[in-house]
Amino acid sequence: MAIVQTRALTKLFRQGQVGAVVNVDLESREGEFLVLLGPSGSGKTTLLRMIAGLEEPTSGEIFIGGIVVNDLTPRQRRIAMVFQSYALYPHLTVLGNIEFPLKARRMPKPQRREKVQWAADLLGIGQLLARKPRELSGGERQRVALARAIVREPSLFLLDEPLSNLDAKLRASAREELEQFQKRIGTTTIYVTHDQVEAMAMGDRIVVMNYGSVRQIGTPAEVYDDPADTFVATFLGSPPMNLIELPDAIVGFRPEHLHVPGALRPGEPALLVRFRPSHEEYLGAERILYGRLEGGSFDGKKAVARMSSTLAERFTPDAAYDFAIAEKDVKFFDREKGTRTSRRPVA
Amino acid sequence: MSGARQRWLGPAMFLPAILYVLALVAVPFLLAFLYSLGDVKVGSQGYHFVGLRNFQSVLQSPTFLRALSNSFVFTVSSQVLVLIGATLLALVLKDAFRGRRAIRFLILLSWVAPVSIGSIGWKWILDSLYSVINWVLIQLHLVKEFSPPMWLGEPRLAMISVILVHTWHMLPFATVIILAGWTAIPKDIPEAAEVDGAGFFRRMFQIEIPMMLPIINVAVLFGVVFTFTDMTVIYILTRGGPYDTTQVVPSLAFFTGVLGGDLAEGAAISIFLVPLLVVAAWLMLRSAHRAEVT
Repeated sequence: MAIVQTRALTKLFRQGQVGAVVNVDLESREGEFLVLLGPSGSGKTTLLRMIAGLEEPTSGEIFIGGIVVNDLTPRQRRIAMVFQSYALYPHLTVLGNIEFPLKARRMPKPQRREKVQWAADLLGIGQLLARKPRELSGGERQRVALARAIVREPSLFLLDEPLSNLDAKLRASAREELEQFQKRIGTTTIYVTHDQVEAMAMGDRIVVMNYGSVRQIGTPAEVYDDPADTFVATFLGSPPMNLIELPDAIVGFRPEHLHVPGALRPGEPALLVRFRPSHEEYLGAERILYGRLEGGSFDGKKAVARMSSTLAERFTPDAAYDFAIAEKDVKFFDREKGTRTSRRPVA
Repeated sequence: MSGARQRWLGPAMFLPAILYVLALVAVPFLLAFLYSLGDVKVGSQGYHFVGLRNFQSVLQSPTFLRALSNSFVFTVSSQVLVLIGATLLALVLKDAFRGRRAIRFLILLSWVAPVSIGSIGWKWILDSLYSVINWVLIQLHLVKEFSPPMWLGEPRLAMISVILVHTWHMLPFATVIILAGWTAIPKDIPEAAEVDGAGFFRRMFQIEIPMMLPIINVAVLFGVVFTFTDMTVIYILTRGGPYDTTQVVPSLAFFTGVLGGDLAEGAAISIFLVPLLVVAAWLMLRSAHRAEVT
């Protein structure tokens, strides 16, 4: 097992242009499931490809297991990568695909077969060994790609959006399986995704990226509950955090924290507001209310509230109701830079 | 549109194509069959059916057997060279570098230029007296001044020369096809192979070339059909000489039937190409179909 470290890692695709990856300092932990999360174009895949050795950094250093690997080829880095498209070799059978990395290491045939069997059994694809990739379903292809990655027991796993080609139903089960699988083999894993649900569900820690730089690194709870800036606050969570611009600061609170007063713990210090919902979305398990706040410095600002469908209260559109936000759930951001600032009183 | 118009429009649209194929392929082909079974010579008045006598005489002619074996040597060697050369060129040209467009253009030039003009150029380059190659070799003291190699005059050298010139001519086309095949491989796949630990040669021979195989097959079969039926390079450089050592089936058919006036025997010679070409065409269609499927 190995840890990955990057120091001031930068990639400019054209000299003098905006960087795809800018000054990234990262350090994974032993056996960790580290998720790189960001919108498309945020540089997460480029970062992963630099770690894999498929892209040359413009500056900065990459360490794997304590050794600088900048000048090593992907082959010498002894890592395994699963591509978004799975990149299975179309002319080889499943057996040939899984066996390929072992052949590349010149492992003798009997051992090779044993290893392939082990990997195939681990992923439950033993019965598919004679098939060609085009004869497999999306889920089966993903398993073959994973089997090909684990078969040589790499010290590091790199996964580039491996679930994005699966349909929604399959994705949820594959996500859970992949997570269990990683825990079982315990290999340090770096996982790229733009899907915040995947990141929250699977990651031990999440690296949130935007425009090539790291905005925050933390556990799912940390990045969700304590976002470092307005980007992280709005990128995670659906609907995103409510951000209210005041003259001296931006105030943020999550839709699920905009409660009816009775839902708060008695004695909890809270901010009381008037909320006038304009319409409601019923999503089965929950309800989402869209509307505007009234009174004080919040007057006229848009906000979203989210509550369980089991909640008894009913709201008529365009009538005003009392709502409350627990003080601990209110976050403050700098107006200029969008970064978190200390709390202050709100009128 | 009225029913009658619709009924006639389709056939009317493809009639020119059918006429074209009938007039320029089917009629000459049937005529060749008829000639090969008769005793037609240039200027003869009638037609007498002689059965397979022409074929019999062709098969007994040492010149024909020689031309047949030359055809195979010419086709196989030039196609092997083309395949190797085109793969190497495609390998160089597939990655971006400064001046790649210019080099691609220069390489295509020998395909775009009419083969007859190119061959005439080569005739001078390989000439017994004015050969620039010999001039260079003499200046480098690699050959004696008064007995330089006769590129087109010595049997073995003449064969090598026509093969090389034909290869020069066929190379760009094969390069373009293989290049297209190469660029069609999704970038992920060679990258995955690289991460999987495969070196350059393993990637090339176990991943990239096998993936391109259907396309390479098409390129090779096209080359084979084209080379087997073509006589331009040979006609211009050696006229089949010296002593028929570079004579191939199409050039022999031309010399016998058109220049020699023995239409019947010329037709019989060219009919020998048919079964070979049918097999090649069948293989070509099959691998083209497979290339579509994968």
